[in-house]
Amino acid sequence: MGTIRENHLHIYFDAKSSNEALARMVAAAFVADMNPTLEQLEDVKTAVSEAVTNAIIHGYDDESKKVEMICERRESCLTVKVIDHGVGIRDVNQAMQPFFSTREAQERTGMGFAFMEAFMDEVHVASKPGAGTEVTMIKHIERCNGD
Amino acid sequence: MEIVKDFEVKGTRMVYRMPRELDDHVAAQLRANMDVLIDSYGIRELVMDFENTRFMDSSGVGVIIGRCRKLGFYDGRVYAVNCNERMKKLFAVSGLNEIVMEEV
Repeated sequence: MGTIRENHLHIYFDAKSSNEALARMVAAAFVADMNPTLEQLEDVKTAVSEAVTNAIIHGYDDESKKVEMICERRESCLTVKVIDHGVGIRDVNQAMQPFFSTREAQERTGMGFAFMEAFMDEVHVASKPGAGTEVTMIKHIERCNGD
Repeated sequence: MEIVKDFEVKGTRMVYRMPRELDDHVAAQLRANMDVLIDSYGIRELVMDFENTRFMDSSGVGVIIGRCRKLGFYDGRVYAVNCNERMKKLFAVSGLNEIVMEEV
């Protein structure tokens, strides 16, 4: 244990809301091997939940479509990608503005990207209308005293 | 869904036990449950008890803000109790601590 420095995980799952919990638990299990603090682990779970929820509720209108999640570890650096092949985002900058939401009637807060940015070190979004959206989140899992 | 009594009403005050995981998957049902109770009992003071809550994301924040708006319309109040450190952090990041009172 503790000797794995690189790791890679790639899963596909149906775009249904019950899989939001599944995705964040898989990500948490992947990160657990990196000796994170409890806070770092929770940060990753929250950010993954935001990205996967976006893919499911905005990306598709069809539960049989697939969402992809890729987790990568390089030393203490974690990268999580959440990918959908759905409707895409016309204006990414606007979508990333805190409180911007296209679905306020459903009590969506528009805080999803803000949460990802608050809990991860870097968040990048690539999207093309009609092709889909890829969210890349990076977090350094390091303890102050080393591991 | 299992049937468990997750609320207690005294007069116009209700204590509601929030779920273990508060995400998009449970948000719609939770919102509907709370609103039926608020309307049928004429609730003006809502206490959200987070003792069992181990996870929340921005979908949960939406549910809380929505109930604040609803009760605010009736001049009511929303309180949060038994928040762990994680919940306190989420409240701070989302600005919820400015609209929800923490009751001790």
